[in-house]
Amino acid sequence: MIYTIVRNGFLALRRDRGALILSFILPIAFFTIFGIVFGGMRATGTPRVSVLVVDEDRSPVSERLVRSLQHDPALLVSTRPEAKPGARKDEPVAPDYTADTAESAVKQGVAPVALIIPNGFGANPIAFGPATDREVISILQDSSDPVAAQVVAGMLQKAVMTSLPDTMAEVGMKFFDRASGGLTRQQRQSVESGISMFRDQLQRRDQQGGEPSASSDASGFVAVAIRDVVGEKKRSPMISFYAAGIGVMFLLFTASGAGASLLDEAESGALDRILSARVSMTTLLAGKLAYCTLLASTQLAIMFLWGAAVFHLDLFSHLPGFFVMTAATSFAVASFGMLLASLSRTRAQLAAIATLIILTMSAVGGSMFPRFLMPEMMKKIGLLTFNAWAIDGYTKVFWRDEPVSHLAPQVAVLVGSGIVLFLIARLFARKWEYA
Amino acid sequence: MNTRAPANESRIPLRIESVAKHFGEITALAGVSFEVHERAIFGLLGPNGAGKSTLIRSVVGRVRPDSGSILVFDEPANTAAARAAMGWVPQDLALYGLLTCRENLQAFGRYHGLRGKALHEATEWCLEWAGLDDRADATVKALSGGMRRRLNLAAGLIHRPRIVLLDEPTAGVDPQSRNRIFEMVEGLRNQGTTVIYTTHYMEEAERLCDRIAILDHGRVIADGTKEELVAQSFGGRTDVLMRFPAAHPGAAEWTLSHGGKLEDGVAHFSLARPADIASLLEAANGAALEIIDVTLRRPNLESVFLQLTGRDLRQ
Repeated sequence: MIYTIVRNGFLALRRDRGALILSFILPIAFFTIFGIVFGGMRATGTPRVSVLVVDEDRSPVSERLVRSLQHDPALLVSTRPEAKPGARKDEPVAPDYTADTAESAVKQGVAPVALIIPNGFGANPIAFGPATDREVISILQDSSDPVAAQVVAGMLQKAVMTSLPDTMAEVGMKFFDRASGGLTRQQRQSVESGISMFRDQLQRRDQQGGEPSASSDASGFVAVAIRDVVGEKKRSPMISFYAAGIGVMFLLFTASGAGASLLDEAESGALDRILSARVSMTTLLAGKLAYCTLLASTQLAIMFLWGAAVFHLDLFSHLPGFFVMTAATSFAVASFGMLLASLSRTRAQLAAIATLIILTMSAVGGSMFPRFLMPEMMKKIGLLTFNAWAIDGYTKVFWRDEPVSHLAPQVAVLVGSGIVLFLIARLFARKWEYA
Repeated sequence: MNTRAPANESRIPLRIESVAKHFGEITALAGVSFEVHERAIFGLLGPNGAGKSTLIRSVVGRVRPDSGSILVFDEPANTAAARAAMGWVPQDLALYGLLTCRENLQAFGRYHGLRGKALHEATEWCLEWAGLDDRADATVKALSGGMRRRLNLAAGLIHRPRIVLLDEPTAGVDPQSRNRIFEMVEGLRNQGTTVIYTTHYMEEAERLCDRIAILDHGRVIADGTKEELVAQSFGGRTDVLMRFPAAHPGAAEWTLSHGGKLEDGVAHFSLARPADIASLLEAANGAALEIIDVTLRRPNLESVFLQLTGRDLRQ
């Protein structure tokens, strides 16, 4: 009896291609995609942190420090804005970042961190132990990526160690002179006393919290101050990111489900009946698209309202940007749902295709894992997905407080691709028009 | 209510000429021609795969014929005027399962361009006609099979078409519901609607249809009233069915020698006159054959179909 039940199960599975794909092909496909996306990082090294470097000092010491940072494999250093793709060779090179332009660039999301080497830094770059008479390097950070600033701060100390050994020796001698006054017995005691004092200081720091302060580090060789320039007033930094990321992923599933109503109607014969009336295929598809767009918009609105109520997302002071992004995202996602439905012949086939494509898009597009933590190549590949454009747009609205006009690239891509996908869906929907 | 297009009595509701359709190497329709006249129920009879549904779908624009022409009140079938004049009730329950009866009718009414008061009146008329006025707010999923069938019919009539195509409207319903559907279809004819009725139930065609076309292998092999079809195939002949006990020795040989054929212990004879039965019984008595019962009957549509195609209608 059990044998018969098992046999029937396998026979049915073998004849249900959708279930077969979901059971065996999809996990392997997804495993492979994730392996390539995230496992591939090993081959290309740890993802590099983008940092904008401003050298206000222009001293030999600061220039060597910048060169050292540029050679650090963990950092992707820019000292001036990148030339736009397609720019002519004879176009003038953009001027170097200043403290102001670098701060603006961080606010616009060009890089998560900017490092400002102040005037006078070269004269007194490092110190052993606490010192108040030296210039402090500023690190401006976008707090949506808190790791980046810490990486840059650490790499800065390392760069000093490796790039300024003579400075260290010089400063070390000054320290030695000041602490010992010569290699007499008394001097040796003084050195020991100085070392002891340094040890005490380290011990005290350990007792106070184990790690140097996150926002400033004046006890390292180089004095560093970290300052939030984006999101400093946000109560829940990542909420808008996750609302958009998770929202778009589920929107894609909703859209494919709404598109599946076409397949249901085709199967029940309702589609034939509708098309035999005064309704054309284009009208029918447009109607489904409108329904799906409204459904997706409602879904996003509920998601962000929940974010506002529970996670203090500042929805109500960003309503224009929210409406623009929600309309564009919902339209694009709805068109995508129409296309998936028109490509599929059965609901099972649609479920398999939709799950594979949506999970892949969500992984690559940053719905599951922030794109700013991905390798450069993956960041670029992510731009092929709705998720990335939608998340970028919502981030501009909620995180960077950018005006609606700055959403033009995101809206253009989402609406443009939505139109193209709808036209392709219409083409494939010809199979339902007549036999 | 009166939402009908102005009728031109001189025009023929449906004229099909040399319609052919192939799906790959399969010939679904091989040059079908016939006309359907107004205020009649026209039966389209044929076994499964004969081409009935393809023909109906060609008329309503869901299949594009390879050749031939289909005119609805002299308008090509794919024009807006022809579509407005036609109502189609597909064989499947083409309804929205999660909508109520009223919501379904309103949806299909809107698809046919009805709005406002006209839509409201049409919906109420359909609910009453289908006997669903007391279940108007029940979802389709909550209806019995017969009720769903009736709603399916009503949804095809919401715009009050002058010609209605019913594709096997009684498939899968119980005898009581079937009778109800027959009454509804007869009511349509009495109100002046032309009905094209496809079925493979002979008794339905016999009861309802004024004229019948028999379709087989994509061709019309006979067309006329029931009486004309029987007369064409059998003239004035009468069928006699004579039952013998099981494995009666000599029955098969005797039946064959008297121009009949024996199937499952029943001998079938076709007699020129009913009175000829007397000599047949006398011959059986002379051959010492034991007869259990004898039936005398006029040939019916089933006999016609068997005669014309060599197959039973439901094969």
